[in-house]
Amino acid sequence: MAAEGYPDDLRYHSEHDWARIDGDEATFGITWFAQDALGELVHFEPPEEGATVTRDQVYAEVESVKAVSDVVAPLSGEILEVNQALADAPETVNADPYGDGWITRVRLSDPSEADTLMDSEAYMRFLAAQA
Amino acid sequence: MSYLALTDADRDAMLETIGVASLDELFADLPAGVRFDRALELPPALTELELTTYFEQLASANQRREAHVSFLGAGLYDHYVPAVVDAVLQRGELLTAYTPYQPELSQGVLQAIFEYQTAICELTGMDVSNASGYDGTTVAADACYIAKHVTGRSKVVITEATNPQVRQVVKTYAPGFGLEVAEVPHRDGATDPDELRAAAADAACAIFQQPNFFGVLEPAPELAAAAADAEALAVAHVDPLSLGVLEAPGHYGCALAIGEGQPAGNHISFGGPHYGFLAARSEFIRRMPGRIVGETTDAAGNRGYVLTLQTREQHIRREKATSNITTNQTLLALAGLVYLSWLGPQGLRDVGETCMALAEYAKERLGLPLLFSDRTTFKEFAVRVGRNAREVVREALGQGVHPGYALGRDYPGMDDVLLVAVTERRTKAEIDRLAEVLGT
Amino acid sequence: MKLIFEKSRPGRRAGRIPGPGLPAPDIPGELRRAEPPRLPEVAEPDLLRHYTELSTRNFGIDTGFYPLGSCTMKHNPRVNERLAALPGFRDLHPLEDEERTQGALRLCFELQEALAEITGLDAVSLQPAAGSQGELTGLMLMRAYFAERGEDERRRKIVIPDTAHGTNPASVTMGGYELTNVQTDPRGNIDVDDLRAKVDETTAGLMLTNPSTLGLFDENIEEISGIFHEAGALMYYDGANLNAVCGISRPGDMGFEIVHINLHKTFSQPHGGGGPGGGPITVSKRLEPFLPAPAIVRDGDGDGGGFRLDYDRPQSIGKVRGFLGPFGVFVRSYAFIRAYGPALREMSEVAVLNANYLLALLRDAYELPFDRLCMHEFVLSARRLKREHGVTALDVAKRLMDYGFHPPTIYFPLIVPEALMLEPTETEARETLDAFADALKAIAREAAEQPELLKEAPHGTPVGRLDEVKAAKRAVVRYQFEEHPDLSAEPAAAGVEAPKGA
Repeated sequence: MAAEGYPDDLRYHSEHDWARIDGDEATFGITWFAQDALGELVHFEPPEEGATVTRDQVYAEVESVKAVSDVVAPLSGEILEVNQALADAPETVNADPYGDGWITRVRLSDPSEADTLMDSEAYMRFLAAQA
Repeated sequence: MSYLALTDADRDAMLETIGVASLDELFADLPAGVRFDRALELPPALTELELTTYFEQLASANQRREAHVSFLGAGLYDHYVPAVVDAVLQRGELLTAYTPYQPELSQGVLQAIFEYQTAICELTGMDVSNASGYDGTTVAADACYIAKHVTGRSKVVITEATNPQVRQVVKTYAPGFGLEVAEVPHRDGATDPDELRAAAADAACAIFQQPNFFGVLEPAPELAAAAADAEALAVAHVDPLSLGVLEAPGHYGCALAIGEGQPAGNHISFGGPHYGFLAARSEFIRRMPGRIVGETTDAAGNRGYVLTLQTREQHIRREKATSNITTNQTLLALAGLVYLSWLGPQGLRDVGETCMALAEYAKERLGLPLLFSDRTTFKEFAVRVGRNAREVVREALGQGVHPGYALGRDYPGMDDVLLVAVTERRTKAEIDRLAEVLGT
Repeated sequence: MKLIFEKSRPGRRAGRIPGPGLPAPDIPGELRRAEPPRLPEVAEPDLLRHYTELSTRNFGIDTGFYPLGSCTMKHNPRVNERLAALPGFRDLHPLEDEERTQGALRLCFELQEALAEITGLDAVSLQPAAGSQGELTGLMLMRAYFAERGEDERRRKIVIPDTAHGTNPASVTMGGYELTNVQTDPRGNIDVDDLRAKVDETTAGLMLTNPSTLGLFDENIEEISGIFHEAGALMYYDGANLNAVCGISRPGDMGFEIVHINLHKTFSQPHGGGGPGGGPITVSKRLEPFLPAPAIVRDGDGDGGGFRLDYDRPQSIGKVRGFLGPFGVFVRSYAFIRAYGPALREMSEVAVLNANYLLALLRDAYELPFDRLCMHEFVLSARRLKREHGVTALDVAKRLMDYGFHPPTIYFPLIVPEALMLEPTETEARETLDAFADALKAIAREAAEQPELLKEAPHGTPVGRLDEVKAAKRAVVRYQFEEHPDLSAEPAAAGVEAPKGA
């Protein structure tokens, strides 16, 4: 499994999802904290390409032996691409949550929503406060 | 008291360890307003001996099996339960075990369930079975719940020729599921595939019974195809003891196979407990309700069994669970497994052929007009007795024979119809006696 | 150990059916079975040996102490097995005319009366097959009651505490309702202020077990009852913990109007490795019309009256299970009740005594999150062991197996980290409780001194810890004959186990 870390080029949502923003597109995934809490993933329920995602709402599910977790959209937009490799190898999310374990790529409908997200230091403080 | 080990000395020592002066202090948190201040109004305690006397009295105030020959079926059947089944069920390690959440201590039950799942899949031609449902009625409701989530549709279709209690239970569950229920009438004792197709146009699933409640063989492959045409899941409710001679639902296009397990290894026991079975094609595995056992290994590479895909279940998924079911019918399903293993494939075929052959013999010997004369039947058939069937039953019982079920209870216009069930426990001599008693 | 299918050999069989010497029946080609099912072909001796061997790889109450919280693993009296097997019960068909089933109907009726008395309510249905089904039936009753008053569109919410058993929210969804969660306060009671804010005219009811899954009696139950009654909502009692209060406090007197009882918990029906159970419900007078049909009624008073089934129930919600319910379970439960009579109170008192005794023995070795006297069960936390020695509640549970005990419930209720939920029941002798406490204390010491003993536990069982990740990913859920995979040849995953439900 990956070592704990929260890259500072990403933005973070309180439901433990990250966004890598690139102009009017973004890539989403779940954070190291989320994959650690779930344990090794055994199943991934992907969204449809072309579907709309809305900030703060569930757009996919991941499942480990002990829990099913909602994957929440940190920002709103339209799904351009889904990481289909996760269907056969969901454990990639555990091994590389910010790289090969990416979940979906979207075209943002409202890039200003990024202001609602935390930077990596704020997210780490958020995690510390929760413990 | 009967099952308590506690002595006065124990009580005193324990209260001292706890640090209270009396038992009453342990209940100090109970508000005065909810304390029950009198003795429970229950009959006085009985010793084991007295208990046995009283229950034997209650048992003998019922119809005794040996006092009559029974042709009564209508959903529960007098099939033979071999002694090995009872012997296995009395093993205390199985009888008194809880659900196998700690697999290292529960490989017995877990492996047995895995074997049961395999047996049900083999019988029904499906890929996955759960560890059992409550009975043959609730598994129909389970099937509707699966179909609703798979298709997103909010209507289910069920044939009129399906067991009335199955239909009632589906209708009871449907409002909570947000489902509407439509029935497809029977036509001369069977279901018309075109009518089923039309009814299933916007349905999540179409449920039919094979053989149906009248004992009639439905055109099952065509019904399954009709459901598929309408993009509804085809669900066959089947008699497990028919599956040695009748084709398996999984081999003619059904999505789900369900049924009442009682004929395979359970005593009738005035209606329960029994087990319902539910099997499906592999694509529906994540929507299956109830427990599923899977194979795996331990660190040393030993094969072992565990409850798996538990994230479907209530204790993890809670409000998004595929069902609320927890306690199911494991011990009765285990009885079914032992029974099916006792029969083997040849035995299963023998039971099916014997029931059918004896039923044909009964039709001839009775010589009564068949309600559905053009239909092939399995182990049950409906005959017209020329007058009120319940009267006929009463009179026959006076002569030591129960001639069958009075269908008028459940279907209009059938007050003179008897549903006669013939199992492998019946003999030609008993059938001759039935004919005699019915005066034919 | 091999599967029964692996012991199968073509041509062997155990059972034979008498051949009546009749011609084989004609089955239309398209309906006829083409290939026989691959059921096992074994002779009777090997059949019996196989299932006997399986039973030796299993742990039941007959084997040893089984303190699973909220499961009430009490002794299953053996006489009950004999009684359920009496031919007059075992071979009786439920569709026989009522005149020929009077003994069975009387048994059901008397059981109903006993359950009504124990719960302090008025009417009973024995139909539900298990506690979960009882819950669902209760929710259906609520809907029917509110529909009659024209309030069902408005009242969509069911309130449950955060300590609730998972069946409660699952039942709420299946019943077509929405969930409102309410918090628990530091004393282990429902947080009444949180509750007050969440109950209004859109609330249908409460689902609560009292004592709770923490083993604590809710001290504010009267106030809670007031809040729901003022809002015109109903209260549903989950009877999973009824073993604590029989003859001591009755749900009906606490303000509940629908109760389900787990016959396989409180009333000794054997668990059978996962069932059968029984989940009868008792209700107040005003909910009686909605109960499942048929009702079992007595004509006339006193002993002379005959018993019959009343199908004329126009307001009934319908049917939730076949026939009258799991009758064999009723025989055993009713026998259990008749063996105690009014001394059922003593049963509950001893259940509570045993639990408090065990709590007293263990409170220093483990953490007690709610420092109160408990009822019939209590929750400890292994959190300190985790923090200081890196061992978890799971590790403790597995090590207990080496000491010859079945572990308690772990990781439930969800609000207690590293939870161990213990319910000894009333049928355990003091020495058993002493031995169990000694084992748990020894394990706490081992956690500090030799944690690997816990991490590698269990040591003496037929299999060690099983790879549940592999089981979920591969989903091998049936034997596949020649195509059956060899999972030992596939890589293992990091050891992870699913939470153990109650």
